[in-house]
Amino acid sequence: MKLKLRIWRQANADTQGRFQDYNLDHVSADSSFLEMLDLLNEQLIQAGEEPVAFDHDCREGICGMCGVVINGLAHGPARGLTACQLHMRHYKEGDTITIEPWRAAAFPLIKDLVVDRSAFDRIIQAGGYVSVSTGSAPDANAIPIPKKNADLAMDAAACIGCGACVAACPNGSAMLFTAAKVSHLGQLPQGQVERHNRVAAMVRQMDAEGFGGCTNHGECSAVCPKLIPLDVIGQMNRDLIRAVLSR
Amino acid sequence: MSPRTTPWNLDDLHTTAAPLDGRVPAGPIESIWDQHRFHMKLINPANRRKFTIIIVGSGLAGASAAASLGEMGYNVHNFCYQDSPRRAHSVAAQGGINAAKNYRNDGDSIYRLFYDTVKGGDYRSREGNVYRLAQVSNAIIDQCVAQGVPFAREYGGLLDNRSFGGAQVSRTFYARGQTGQQLLLGAYQALARQIHAGSVQMHTRSELLDVVIADGRARGIVTRDMRTGEIQTWAADAVVLATGGYSNAFYLSTNAKGCNVTAAWRAYKRGAYFANPCFTQIHPTCIPPAGEHQSKLTLMSESLRNDGRIWVPRQAGDSRKPHEIPEAERYYYLEEKYPSFGNLVPRDVASRNAKMVVDAGHGVGELRNGVYLDFADAIRRLGEDVIRDRYGNLFDMYESITGENAYKAPMRIYPALHYTMGGLWVDYNLMSNIDGLFVIGEANFSDHGANRLGASALMQGLADGYFVLPYTLGNYLAQAGKSSVDSSHPAFAEVSSEVQDKITRLLAIKGRRTVDEFHRDLGKILWEYCGMGRTAAGLQKALTLIPQLRAEFWEDVRVPGSAADLNQSLEKAGRVADFFEMGELLCLDALHRSESCGGHFREESQTPDGEALRDDAHFSFVSAWQHTGDDALPMLHKEPLEFKYVKLSQRSYK
Repeated sequence: MKLKLRIWRQANADTQGRFQDYNLDHVSADSSFLEMLDLLNEQLIQAGEEPVAFDHDCREGICGMCGVVINGLAHGPARGLTACQLHMRHYKEGDTITIEPWRAAAFPLIKDLVVDRSAFDRIIQAGGYVSVSTGSAPDANAIPIPKKNADLAMDAAACIGCGACVAACPNGSAMLFTAAKVSHLGQLPQGQVERHNRVAAMVRQMDAEGFGGCTNHGECSAVCPKLIPLDVIGQMNRDLIRAVLSR
Repeated sequence: MSPRTTPWNLDDLHTTAAPLDGRVPAGPIESIWDQHRFHMKLINPANRRKFTIIIVGSGLAGASAAASLGEMGYNVHNFCYQDSPRRAHSVAAQGGINAAKNYRNDGDSIYRLFYDTVKGGDYRSREGNVYRLAQVSNAIIDQCVAQGVPFAREYGGLLDNRSFGGAQVSRTFYARGQTGQQLLLGAYQALARQIHAGSVQMHTRSELLDVVIADGRARGIVTRDMRTGEIQTWAADAVVLATGGYSNAFYLSTNAKGCNVTAAWRAYKRGAYFANPCFTQIHPTCIPPAGEHQSKLTLMSESLRNDGRIWVPRQAGDSRKPHEIPEAERYYYLEEKYPSFGNLVPRDVASRNAKMVVDAGHGVGELRNGVYLDFADAIRRLGEDVIRDRYGNLFDMYESITGENAYKAPMRIYPALHYTMGGLWVDYNLMSNIDGLFVIGEANFSDHGANRLGASALMQGLADGYFVLPYTLGNYLAQAGKSSVDSSHPAFAEVSSEVQDKITRLLAIKGRRTVDEFHRDLGKILWEYCGMGRTAAGLQKALTLIPQLRAEFWEDVRVPGSAADLNQSLEKAGRVADFFEMGELLCLDALHRSESCGGHFREESQTPDGEALRDDAHFSFVSAWQHTGDDALPMLHKEPLEFKYVKLSQRSYK
């Protein structure tokens, strides 16, 4: 199929970016969205131009490295899919596709569609773990965990840290990302000891990174490729209140 | 220097007379690791921070090692090419992780896990290493649960297990179809804690471009900051490579796009031995390529083989839709040929059989490049809900890629390059032949022999990082002491100027073909001649074609952009340049090992049933290759393999 692409090009954070139009032909409906970008880049290189920089790695929807806004939607139109898993059969001959980077104050742009998401790592570093050093663990079956809690923990732990939630939020908030980790560890007995300190420290870091607050739009969960439920934010808020009150 | 275009003269192959020593301590296998740990030299906790350790890679092995060494008090620098350590490709492992817990009471034990792993590796691994792996497997599960890894549980609240990849006991722990992700996040969070504590310094978007060795000891590394292009040097008291495997030499593989052999290959070119490169694993259950645009292949967890039945039309060239083919005209080739293991035969056997039926014209799908994996019986027996509960995310993934609903029609699958058992040679302590250069996880060759069993990669990565390296590295540092060399040593300047030169050269070629075009062509050569079936004639052909294509690459590749910027073409070009060299060694090793074993199938060496036929009399050794110069044939060192506990037998899954 033939497509019109409008892609954000920006050499680096210090220069002005702009949309650039491209016509792309011979796109297979069976190719993935990123394979479509590969095709464009191969042609750009052949034509002596610089290819479009975009982050990607596993191309199977689990590493969280890829992520672009496609026609206004983070990761594109398919629910529960990352951009790498989106296939071109979602599009038809002659479509125009606009492709932009994640836009958020806490995700500074590096080049074209590549942004710096290291703020997410710093939120986890602030407390998104159980403090258990190697070698100090009891037998794995020593503490039974109800299947329901294990399943809920897994639902939240499925987050891939791609940043779509931030890109989709009108406030550029990282609440869904942060709450997913708080909820994952909060569901498990192993996570109880540090539960209150964890949530307080992670939220503090989230604010320090310049992410916005949550005003219940729900866009984050709607675009989440792993369908992390909005409930986790409520759980985090409850934990946060308890953490503040227990001081 | 212009690259060599002619093939190596194989008559020049030189094998060293002295056997290579794996340094497995003597003693009864059950106690050697305990004894070894007891005899190790220790470093006082207060002195550990004086030692700097570089760890390259942040997958299961790298992240777990960095976290554990950080906890112990060492000064750790961890590097990864992704924007976050959480993205390393371990994240993509689906199926599970083995441990000898025997929670099912089904006869499992450390000894059985050890025995199965040596046997599954087709008797080409070191008994001592594999026993230790089985021993520490249980502690891994304990550690991960304590970290909050949400493994699957039963209604009673205890951990669930499943049988996986040819095992006759249920010893595999799993977290839905995302076990690798959850284990990696566990290690990543432990690492994050150490970064917060200041014991680990993390360097993301940093790619190792070379290793610095001076006076026989690893002294540090040279990296490129992928954002700015800055070439940086890092000195340390020990260097640990946890940089994964080299499946991407084949272009199409299940590895992430960025996975590369550069770290291992640079170490090889500086003197580290590369062991058993021809031991590559082709995974039987991947989604077949859909056309030339295909950029990577996606694996469907082989746990699917527990409930799916594999078949092709009995009649070659049959183009009817699957539901139009009556039961009697379906060829359930694994169930027919291997009645006791059926669809659960090991990966290499399943892969080779798929190739046989597809080559014989029974392939399915538009491109006739797959076989069916059919869940109709299981859905009839268990109901769609049970199947959805077990494999829902895999079925969803299949649908998003192919547009087909596998609840209604069978999946199409075909083998793809997935894992490489070969890697840098290491001794029992996971140290290469270079002092102070350690190699862990998939990057080393150590535990899987000629074939890796399902759910064993995660086990090995975490075993190395959590429970082996933290001891053996300390023991090394306690004896070797601090490195007397910092990054002002001339060796650092020399290596970084070589790195600079290579980048300058790649950018200056300004040829006509893109890096991906060359990579794809290299991959086709390797897949054709060094894939599931290998012959002497084919491998010789590959050894002629690769140097020619490599020379073309260095004359005609086009790498746009500049060195002082984020330049993904330049990153790829450097990796592919190394794959071109590594691919040649891969074929050389495959040619030299004229037996079949595990994932290495030489068509000349098979049983009357078409199974891999080992030649224990001549090939019961590890092939460790030493670089001797860009034009010269590498030198072969042999580490003899002795089996005192496991009885060698012809594998049979009939």
